[in-house]
Amino acid sequence: MEILVCVKRVPDTEENEITISSAGNDIERDDLVYSVNEWDNYAVEEAIQIVDKVGGSVTVVTVGDDESEEVLRREMAMGAEKGILVSDDAFKGADGKGIATALKGVVEKEKYDLILTGAQADDGAGQVGGMLAAMLDLPYASLVNKIEVLDGKLKVGREIEGGNQEMNEIEMPCVLSIQTGINEPRYVGIRGIRKVASVEIPTFSASDLGVSATEPALKKVDYFVPEMGEGAEMLEGSVEEMAEKLVELLKAKGGLK
Amino acid sequence: MAQIFAYIAHKDGVADDTALELVTAAKAIDAGADVTAIVVGSGVDAVCDAVAASYKNVWKIDKADVAYPNAEIIRAMLVKILPGDAILLMAHDTFGMDLGPGLSIKMDAPFAPDVVGIDGVDGSTLKMVRQEFGGQVSTHVACDIVSGAVITIRPGAFAADESKNAGGAVMDKTADAGDVTAKRKFLEVVEAEAGDVDITKSEVLVSVGRGIEEEENIEIARELAEAMGADLSCSRPIVDAKWLEKSRQVGTSGQTVKPKVYMAMGISGSFQHLGGIKGNPFIVAVNKNPKAPIFQVADIGIVADILEFMPELTEKVKSA
Repeated sequence: MEILVCVKRVPDTEENEITISSAGNDIERDDLVYSVNEWDNYAVEEAIQIVDKVGGSVTVVTVGDDESEEVLRREMAMGAEKGILVSDDAFKGADGKGIATALKGVVEKEKYDLILTGAQADDGAGQVGGMLAAMLDLPYASLVNKIEVLDGKLKVGREIEGGNQEMNEIEMPCVLSIQTGINEPRYVGIRGIRKVASVEIPTFSASDLGVSATEPALKKVDYFVPEMGEGAEMLEGSVEEMAEKLVELLKAKGGLK
Repeated sequence: MAQIFAYIAHKDGVADDTALELVTAAKAIDAGADVTAIVVGSGVDAVCDAVAASYKNVWKIDKADVAYPNAEIIRAMLVKILPGDAILLMAHDTFGMDLGPGLSIKMDAPFAPDVVGIDGVDGSTLKMVRQEFGGQVSTHVACDIVSGAVITIRPGAFAADESKNAGGAVMDKTADAGDVTAKRKFLEVVEAEAGDVDITKSEVLVSVGRGIEEEENIEIARELAEAMGADLSCSRPIVDAKWLEKSRQVGTSGQTVKPKVYMAMGISGSFQHLGGIKGNPFIVAVNKNPKAPIFQVADIGIVADILEFMPELTEKVKSA
């Protein structure tokens, strides 16, 4: 089975406190730690596990700048055989549709049986997989947390509300967006990344792919820090002092039995 | 102004809570609009009649093929029946996430996912609010709606419109939607397994998130829960890592809990997690990151490393 996995380099929200730039039109991007979008690691792991069972190969692709090559190498160190970088100023600031358009160009260059994306990334939109499928007229399922390979088809589980799982049969080729928890992504060490450091990664521009970028559908006017509620009463002091105060509060609220 | 539509999620003959939230969202776009609800399913008359109180028009697609909402089939049906410049609202739930992106491509309309606020329309520009980076920052976005739009609305972000004075009429659009075949076939829903503890009945929950860092640290949280007489629950990453069982996960993709006291330990507070906490509990949040969204909804906030704070609290609780 030939599998294409679409990955993205994103600011690591575990490692960074996201703050807004002084101009208010972007987040502060200096000193941000970047990594592979968490969902994408699950997608790559799932692709590798499928290929281990039924044969074939895994290709990882990203749309980004030269720095995005590092996330391709990381996923190749996990076990993806090939990497493809789509890099073009035309895709700078592209929205989900723009990225899906670029990926469509990549898909149409080769023959893939299965195309995977992460269920969502840093912007929380979760849109690229569904858009790509619609552009290619391929069947799609989102939030996939189980894949079983059948003859020419897949049996896939989708995560739905309340911890339930919706089982579907889907014909290949198809596009699936992968939810976290579907597997346990393997650890990648420095040595693994060194091993793939010299593997050549082809780079395509928009014209190489025969696609052109579209204007983003949503224009970001500004960024601000949300206020969802009145905000918590913040306790101050040493850990011991705060714990003492909290015990009193919990007693009053019936939090201790 | 283009016509506004709302896709109604429903289950077991009852419209989802989001049905009334979409009324509020639609009115934020156009206060005077006659909004059309779309109800798709098999044997949906009761749902249609119920939502007709809140929507001026109700379009019904009643067919055995869509007894279960298969987004691949419903997408093709909606493309057939909707006008080219329709503004379609739907909940940003697991169905909306399945349907929305592809539908926007087929309708050649902009897609606005997971919208949490609507500021109104200026000319042909719709101004909305979204969040990024797990809710750490928000952004105002502007969208040209000349060719319509597909907008998914975050459940719970808009208050339910309880006015129910629309006196709407139901129209059967089943024939217009036509026969659709899809390359994805719904098989069944596998219900979540019950765990050893039913956290939906717990009065006090000690809930752990990523801040727990290592599997063996779960024991520190367990000791606190025991000292407090509380049950142990968690956020999604803990279940993904298989450190605790799925039945202990709080959130839209896990359990909906309604405790008196909720201790969010090292939980950032994504909307999916907060969506699983109901009944307005007393929320205590402990997190290293002072910007964690959880502090905005918590009653008491403590900026600290839970690995230091929880053992201290356990001692204090024991001697209390």
